[in-house]
Amino acid sequence: MEIVVCIKQVPDTTEVKIDPVTNTLIRQGVPSIVNPFDKNALEAALQLKDKYGAKVTVISMGPPQAKAALKDCLSMGADTAILVSDRAFGGADTLATSNVLAASIKKIGKVDVIFCGKQAIDGDTAQVGPETAEHLGIAQVTYVANMDIKDDLVTVERECEDGYEVIEVKLPVLVSVIKSAAFEPRFPTVKGKMKANRTEIAVWSAADVNADEKKIGLVGSPTKVSKIFTPPRRVQGIIIEEPTVKESIAALLDKLAEAKIIL
Amino acid sequence: MAVIVSKEKCVGCGICETACPFGAITLQEGKAVIGETCTQCGACVEVCPVAAITREEVVTEVTMDKSQYKNIWVFIETAEGKMKNVSLELLGEGRKLADQLGQKLAGVLLGKEVAALSKDIFAAGADEVYLVEADELEHYSTDGYTTVFSDLIQAHKPSVVLVGATNNGRDLGPRIASRIGTGLTADCTDLGIDEETGMVAWTRPAFGGNIMATILCPEHRPQMGTIRPSVFKKPILDYNRCGEIIKVKSTVKWEDIRTKLIDFVKVCTTACNLEEAEIIVSGGRGLGKPENFKLIENLAEVLGASVGASRAAVDAGWKPHVSQVGQTGKTVGPKIYIACGISGAVQHLVGMSSSDVIIAINKDKDAPIFQVADYGIVGDILEVLPMITEEFKKRKAC
Repeated sequence: MEIVVCIKQVPDTTEVKIDPVTNTLIRQGVPSIVNPFDKNALEAALQLKDKYGAKVTVISMGPPQAKAALKDCLSMGADTAILVSDRAFGGADTLATSNVLAASIKKIGKVDVIFCGKQAIDGDTAQVGPETAEHLGIAQVTYVANMDIKDDLVTVERECEDGYEVIEVKLPVLVSVIKSAAFEPRFPTVKGKMKANRTEIAVWSAADVNADEKKIGLVGSPTKVSKIFTPPRRVQGIIIEEPTVKESIAALLDKLAEAKIIL
Repeated sequence: MAVIVSKEKCVGCGICETACPFGAITLQEGKAVIGETCTQCGACVEVCPVAAITREEVVTEVTMDKSQYKNIWVFIETAEGKMKNVSLELLGEGRKLADQLGQKLAGVLLGKEVAALSKDIFAAGADEVYLVEADELEHYSTDGYTTVFSDLIQAHKPSVVLVGATNNGRDLGPRIASRIGTGLTADCTDLGIDEETGMVAWTRPAFGGNIMATILCPEHRPQMGTIRPSVFKKPILDYNRCGEIIKVKSTVKWEDIRTKLIDFVKVCTTACNLEEAEIIVSGGRGLGKPENFKLIENLAEVLGASVGASRAAVDAGWKPHVSQVGQTGKTVGPKIYIACGISGAVQHLVGMSSSDVIIAINKDKDAPIFQVADYGIVGDILEVLPMITEEFKKRKAC
């Protein structure tokens, strides 16, 4: 079985702080990590590999430093890693990114399952996976919490707002996974780390993947950022700490009634 | 567009380096250099004290006759024969956009035996309903809905398509955008019309809610976006309104649908549908043990609220993942969010800080949750919850 996992190197957004004076993002010292949902995706791929045998390729579109993220994936157990990197990809929105990923996956050849994380924590769009599946003309299942394969039939549990759907789909398929108990990412082993150090990460350019220059980077991006701003910060409200809980509750409910909230 | 740094003017102060939300600027030999992660957002242009950075418009090839594209469409999402709240909200907001642009508002209704919903769609403000009924469309499927919706777009050419940012909406939107080859802005929290161009200005949070970005789709049509549930108010329904139903034949056959829905397992009742909830009561580690979630549920019942949980409570196995609010769970924006025994880790805050009113109950008065709360009670959650539930019950009865 041939499996591709699409991953993204992201700044750890939970470490991002806002400068209280200028109200802008402080990026200095923010570590780069493998997008957490992509680790769940890789775990899902590695479980299939453990069970049925598979070749797991991790792929990422990004700047040269994204090699570090691919290396982390190799340490977890991926077999090969490809970085698709080119100045021409700069400024790509989700559609342009999906064009590059689809072109790269075509170059890899026959693929049975493509895994993605549900979304990346820096952009939070959840769009690149489905857009890639459409370019490749294959089926997709998103928000997957658990899955198994029997021959060429995949059965998944797909999360929805109030429960989950059980869906069957034939290979090839693109699966986007959520954080779930079934896909808790494994830790890299010492052996895995050593292997990762020895594994060469292939670097493919726009020309290598035969990307259509009109469909990549800024030129190939239908959406344009017109403005970036910091949302107004919430100001701390009223903290009630009366001598007794009963009094505190009464004070809160009076205030809510006054502000016409709930009551 | 391209962002250019003038080497002559740049003084190497580094202000742009810190201002760049994408970490695309580095200082090399005392001058700012723009790297490939640049998205041309212009944040650096605004902060540069010596006006060394400029953003130039690059003329993109116009291959599309945009004037052919008119009207605002809303994807009508249904569940168990009813329209989802988010579709109503989008009809209300879509009506405003349509009025501003002097265009028509249409609801796109796919399903089996769903025609009766048309009157609700008109009541919510639509002028037209595109109705496609077929057995194959009874349940949502990526392939079925993408094909029918994309064919409708190609035949009738709307200028704007609004889709709710639900799991199905976020499954469908990118698939259509990719097939049509247009831009899609994800998970918007605000919509407007860009005064200069008359285009839709899509505003959305990024970086875990730390920054907001306004996005345009200048040269492609339709302009598409998914919009987060409960950010817009539901319109007042006016059943005197009527409109035109445009019946369209389905273009999808069973063999086109590659996924097969085998079963649906309902994990929670409407009480835990967080995306659509107006009030959410959430519990965290402060509850001490799973049985104490009953106290949260009691309060939620009195208030007609849904029940959420922090990551700590979910990881401990007290609540299923569908109930989790926060970065790796759900992002919610109810009118009222009551955080009970939740300390307020940043991962939790990004999932709920867009709520209209936040009420926090926690015994530690230094807990970060109080920094975002509009109202807070310092006290033991196990003591506060039963009493506050009783008190609400009493006051609601009067």
